[in-house]
Amino acid sequence: MIGMDEKLSFFKDGLRLDGRLPDELRPIKVEVGVLARADGSCYMEMGENKVIAAVYGPREVHPRHLQEVTRAIVRYRYNMASFSVEERKRPGPDRRSYEVSKVSREALEPVILTSYFPRSVVDVFVEVLQADAGTRTAGINAASVALADAGIPMRSLISSCAAGKVDGEIVLDPMKLEDNFGEADVPIAMNPSGEITLLQMDGRLSKEELQRALELAKAGCQQIYEIQRKVLIDRYSHMDDMGSCDEVVAEEEI
Amino acid sequence: MDRMDRNVVVPGDILSDDPNRSGEGTYVKDGCVRSLLYGMASSYKDKMRVIPLAGKYVPSPGDTVIGTIQDIVFSNWIININSPYEGLLHISELPRKIEMNEMSKYLRIGSSVMIRVKDVDSTMKVELTMNDRRLGILTRGRVAEINPTRVPRLIGKGGSMINMLKKELNCNIFVGQNGRIWVDGNDDDMDLALKTVLIIEKEAHTTGLTDRILEFLRVEKEARS
Repeated sequence: MIGMDEKLSFFKDGLRLDGRLPDELRPIKVEVGVLARADGSCYMEMGENKVIAAVYGPREVHPRHLQEVTRAIVRYRYNMASFSVEERKRPGPDRRSYEVSKVSREALEPVILTSYFPRSVVDVFVEVLQADAGTRTAGINAASVALADAGIPMRSLISSCAAGKVDGEIVLDPMKLEDNFGEADVPIAMNPSGEITLLQMDGRLSKEELQRALELAKAGCQQIYEIQRKVLIDRYSHMDDMGSCDEVVAEEEI
Repeated sequence: MDRMDRNVVVPGDILSDDPNRSGEGTYVKDGCVRSLLYGMASSYKDKMRVIPLAGKYVPSPGDTVIGTIQDIVFSNWIININSPYEGLLHISELPRKIEMNEMSKYLRIGSSVMIRVKDVDSTMKVELTMNDRRLGILTRGRVAEINPTRVPRLIGKGGSMINMLKKELNCNIFVGQNGRIWVDGNDDDMDLALKTVLIIEKEAHTTGLTDRILEFLRVEKEARS
């Protein structure tokens, strides 16, 4: 925490330090299909966060003992590049990235129809290129779009964002300063019907504050969902006058 | 088929409020038909269905596919069929009798074969067969690979696209359900055939493709002569 003698203010004329309203998201930029080798991929910027997600699969499971006879397994690897933060991050998995990987996987797994692909694996890799608070939510958003891009059957997309508390006020999508010096951070992930698949809380909130935070974060997720959906649809929009993709899968003679 | 209602959907999009209209690539939740896939939605025989824009080949019985021999194990060949699952070809599934110790003489690791999926069980054990006059080892020609979701487009309605290609290109072409394509002809024709196939893959979702491809072939052939 910062020196107590100096009172830090997170608001100026009702606006946040980066000029946002309390219930405003940071600007988002999404690109689909950025990697040629991956089956599905997505690059996403949420404010100063830059993440890239790659999806491979369904494919054969290695090592073999991990495979499940009745369903596909989902593996999710969240990794921060050593240059993604101000002070060099020691490369490789650590306790934090194991946790983020686990909760992110559990945020996406409920919508994936794993029973369609027994004995296989869907691999999701999320690389954080630049971090500014909220990398796990950005990673989940990118991974969800990349999964759709890979043609993996899902019940819906997943959208994710966080709410936080600074200076006693609940704000949407906290950036680094607000996250580091704020009082609480609540990342969530949900499907467009509002069913939550990830809910974490760091810090302290009263019951009312948590409710307000959830409300804000849910509204944020809805906005993100619209962006995710639009980027996927726009990718093929140049062919709104659709051709006769065919009804018969003819098996022709040699 | 109604052409107007073909549009791009993402997983979770509502396609119909009549649960009885749930077709391929959809599911029902809260009485609504929703999409399971990122793909093109259309109605087909009174059902809503979604055709994916990407995805892997999942073997199903009766599919004719092109595979490459990956390994030889006790009385079976393990065959890569461009899928998350490998195929098994038992020696009894060959058109003629072969001794166990002669397996590698007949089908070597790396050989390409045209093969049929005989059976797939619930654990996705894929049994293959070569016991058909039209199946066999590919000794000539070339094999190319496209996304399996584009195979129906390459074949065309009632085979319109593929028959046009065969005629125009003077090539023998076979499209496996797993997205592998075998072409046989003279070298120039095969070059053009593979080039065309890749264009079809890239533009599979556009309208009037068969006519455009025909035009493309005319131009290419004129440039050649």
